[in-house]
Amino acid sequence: MTEFVQHIVNGISLGSIYALIALGYTLVFGILQLINFAHGDVFMLGAFIGLYSSKFFGFDQNPSLGALVLIMGISMIGCAAIGYCIERLAYRPLRRAPRINVLITAVGVSLFLEFAGQLFLGADPKFFPQIYQPAGGDMGAGALKVNPLQVMVLVISLALMTALQYVVFKTRLGRAMRAVSFNHEYASLMGIPTDRVISYTFMLGSALAGAAGVLVGLIYPKIEPLMGVLPGLKAFVAAVLGGIGNVTGAVVGAITLGLAESLVVGYWAPTYRDALAFAVLIVILLIKPAGLFGTGRTEKV
Amino acid sequence: MPKVNKGEVLLKFEDVSVHYGVIQAIKDITFDVKACEIVTLIGANGAGKTTTLRALSGLVKTSKGRITHQGDTISNLPAHQIVRRRISHSPEGRGIFLNLSVEENLDLGAWTAPDKATYQEDLEHAFELFPRLKERRKQNAGTLSGGEQQMLAMGRALMARPEILLLDEPSLGLAPQIIEKIFEIIQRINREGKTVLLVEQNALQALQVAHQGVVLETGKIVLSGPAKELLASDKVRQAYLGE
Repeated sequence: MTEFVQHIVNGISLGSIYALIALGYTLVFGILQLINFAHGDVFMLGAFIGLYSSKFFGFDQNPSLGALVLIMGISMIGCAAIGYCIERLAYRPLRRAPRINVLITAVGVSLFLEFAGQLFLGADPKFFPQIYQPAGGDMGAGALKVNPLQVMVLVISLALMTALQYVVFKTRLGRAMRAVSFNHEYASLMGIPTDRVISYTFMLGSALAGAAGVLVGLIYPKIEPLMGVLPGLKAFVAAVLGGIGNVTGAVVGAITLGLAESLVVGYWAPTYRDALAFAVLIVILLIKPAGLFGTGRTEKV
Repeated sequence: MPKVNKGEVLLKFEDVSVHYGVIQAIKDITFDVKACEIVTLIGANGAGKTTTLRALSGLVKTSKGRITHQGDTISNLPAHQIVRRRISHSPEGRGIFLNLSVEENLDLGAWTAPDKATYQEDLEHAFELFPRLKERRKQNAGTLSGGEQQMLAMGRALMARPEILLLDEPSLGLAPQIIEKIFEIIQRINREGKTVLLVEQNALQALQVAHQGVVLETGKIVLSGPAKELLASDKVRQAYLGE
């Protein structure tokens, strides 16, 4: 029983990181019907920004909660800027091009970031500094152990997801985002500058990926330029699982995936961990083709 | 922007053409819209009525000619800047955000509203014109009937405090009593001082409420003048009123 609870805790913690990345996919898809394959690489860059800024401030010698908050902030801002540039330089010129062209461009941007990363950052894994060490050892009762770092990752992820939910559903920008995601033309007739809203959407999604990069660096401290590929792909699976374009769906899909992976590792064969993500995707899409939360739009004529 | 005087020329189309790829949708369109009038564009499907509105509101680029608003050239400005000139377009198919509530749709209509204080007043006015919207304000717009969606489309366009209201086929697909009501409201909006540019296939009803009419055929203007004269003309009666 304890073991089971342990796997659940691990799964939720892993899932919350997938969720941060999955939200970026789902936001961009919602607004542009584009699968931004470069998103996993933005997450990778977030980890590297975290690494180098920690070194710059000397936080690797001097860990603290403030350091973590500051480094996450820097990484989020850095990634938002990267997301802005990707949209502005790679996708906006193709706004009126066929969707397949944009998709191929997305794959190109992804490869560019991965291999430019290898060229400039080095292909060998780097060690992410422990910029924050929670006081005390493992928490928990009896045999159940919860790493305080895991708890912190979960708390930070939940806080960021709540903030995003607030932005999307309660603010003027969020209302504009939802309008643009329904129809660009109608939104522009309201006076909404659609290009600017699209930029903000990329920046929001990328900032969340940047935060995920720092959190992953803390838990799995080996980072390298190809580290974004698999989590990126799995977060994409999570977004599709939940119903791509749906913010709540992305979070639920990601937690589902995290739990499934953690249980497979615990009870079956860790080797199949990565295959599982796709097996889960296939099964759920067979039953619900639009994903867990994806629904056809209700329209009355 | 200068203040509008009744009867002054507000909008001017001068030799405006629009191409979709190699296909020419409208050709050398020239007409004026005077302040506080209802001007209707009538004609068959594919005559270029919708394209004319879309060129005005910045949804398509013109390939030739120019459109001016109170003397300023506005052709090819982005759509979101045209709205800021108090030209509000209720598009073909109504353009409702079916994923948002009635109230959120109305809020979006007021995106460019200059003053937050006027928002409440405009909302009250929209609810007064269309009481059904008030009853359904929290409801998802996708659940409204066709007539209610048309009311929402018009109410939302009014939330932008327009001087000029562009309506594309407001009667499309609606029951006769509702069409009657929509046309009454168009006249009321006009009496309240707004200029209306109305695209309609329903030529008879459109000409009955309009001051001026413009008849389009395969992208060209074939006839224009006071709506009363068009109603009386044999050509219009034969071609569009089925006589």
